[in-house]
Amino acid sequence: MIPLRHTWQVALRHIRALLRQPAWVGISLTQPVIWLLLFGALFKRTADIPGFTGGSYIEFLTPGVVVMLALSSAWVGMGFIEDINRGTMDRLLVSPIWRGALNLGSVAQSVLSLVIQSLIVIGLALAVGARFQNGIAGVAALVAVAALLGAVFASLSNGVAVLTRQRETLIGIVTMVTLPLTFLSTALMQQSLLPGWIRWAAKFNPVNWAAEAGRSAAAANADWGLIASRTGFLALLLLASAAFATRAFNAYQRSA
Amino acid sequence: MNAIEASNLRKTYKGDVTALDGLSLAVEAGTIFGLLGPNGAGKSTTVKILTTLSRPDSGEARVAGFDVVRDASRVRRSIGVIGQKPGLDPEATGRENLEMQAEIYGIVGAARRERVEQILDQIGLARAGDRLAKTYSGGMQRRLDVALGLVHRPKVLFLDEPTTGLDPEARAELWHEIERLAREEEMTILLTTHYLEEADRLAARLAIVDRGRVVAEGTPEQLKSELRGDTVQVELVESSNGNALAALQSLPGLSGLSVDGRLLRARAENGAAAVPAVLAALEQSGLQVASATIARPSLDDVYLRHAGRSFEQAETDNREEAL
Repeated sequence: MIPLRHTWQVALRHIRALLRQPAWVGISLTQPVIWLLLFGALFKRTADIPGFTGGSYIEFLTPGVVVMLALSSAWVGMGFIEDINRGTMDRLLVSPIWRGALNLGSVAQSVLSLVIQSLIVIGLALAVGARFQNGIAGVAALVAVAALLGAVFASLSNGVAVLTRQRETLIGIVTMVTLPLTFLSTALMQQSLLPGWIRWAAKFNPVNWAAEAGRSAAAANADWGLIASRTGFLALLLLASAAFATRAFNAYQRSA
Repeated sequence: MNAIEASNLRKTYKGDVTALDGLSLAVEAGTIFGLLGPNGAGKSTTVKILTTLSRPDSGEARVAGFDVVRDASRVRRSIGVIGQKPGLDPEATGRENLEMQAEIYGIVGAARRERVEQILDQIGLARAGDRLAKTYSGGMQRRLDVALGLVHRPKVLFLDEPTTGLDPEARAELWHEIERLAREEEMTILLTTHYLEEADRLAARLAIVDRGRVVAEGTPEQLKSELRGDTVQVELVESSNGNALAALQSLPGLSGLSVDGRLLRARAENGAAAVPAVLAALEQSGLQVASATIARPSLDDVYLRHAGRSFEQAETDNREEAL
């Protein structure tokens, strides 16, 4: 009960801050919209490659872009660095707040904003001709795996932020990690058309787990077994990364 | 009964910086206790350990009867902390800040509404309560920070350099508020400060901290009366360290002689009687005097005696060590 109350309070704090800057949701949509519309147009002929089975490229690309949206959650740790630089973090840590709430509240906020952004991107994709064969259930599954992936990255980001306490370090790590993870996955290209070594690396890539599950959920012959297993992997990873973030707050306390 | 007890606290930071070197203190419940010392003396580290923000390498501490390491969560429920850096969330309104803080301490529903209104009123933010905290003036932000430390009516309150950066008027206001709290709410207050006059004015007892240890402890009066007599202070026209010391060393009735650039200090049983002899001795050595003053001992003198260096010198030393 207390963990839930405290998590809600932390989430409420971040959600309010987000609602006060609704423009931010729009700004953070710029990149995914560029991916969807420009990249989608640029590589439209991908659909003509022999062996490509995904229908139109934009239809294939949309779940990939939704999954890429989740990677923007990797920036949420910035908020805690600001809290540390002010005295806000110290104020929270000397209070009886449930430690897990600090990470989970921030994760809840980033998942909420992710869901809103995903729905906007999906709406846009529908407008330019993409179709989701499994209706609401498929879209819901796609948004759910993206949300899981976003929660994983938000937790990791929070943990790294609290351990390093440096904006520069977090910026460096996020930039170094997110782009390769995107390209070592099926977010932009069908698995059977990937080079062998990327196909191999993608097996261990959580971004790819989300991309596979999300795309399958959107496609005509959804493989619910695959969706369930990838969702399971992501859920396990979320447990681990949330535990890591919560421990990071304790480590911060020890080294203060 | 003691609300705060610390014994033999040690803490070394990375890079072998010794912050605490066996610090001990005891604070009786319901009193204001001052930790006085220059920046870098170990005051903030002490507060961090007592408020569970940091853990000591060795030593023990109890706050409100609970061990700060083994029973940290009980300590946290008993304390309020007003830190050096602002703890408020600038992107939330004053009211939202206080509501969240109240919720964290289990004050919910109607009790929360009532308490938040009451404290907004007390700190004079009733009308500004729905504005974002980042739009507040410096003084308003500080008052909100104070309110955040008090909203749950803690038994023990920690004030870490509460008036640093405040203008004199705001400082006087806060002093008044701290005195009121100690009296009406029967709070135990531990206050750190590097303002001698602040410690003198507020603290019933105080400990002088230097290089991570308590070097003197007592009531301000006790500490000051340890220094018998007056302080004689002479300012020379030009600095001349060796000569001046030599000229005064042989004078009877002077003690605690020190030279700091153009400034000479000494203690004398009767300051007024000693001054003529001091001036005569300096003149004989060919030293021109710019001014001479006599003062009752201040905490600055107490600090000088126990820490072996003047307060300002210690601040400079610690700054240089930090660089």
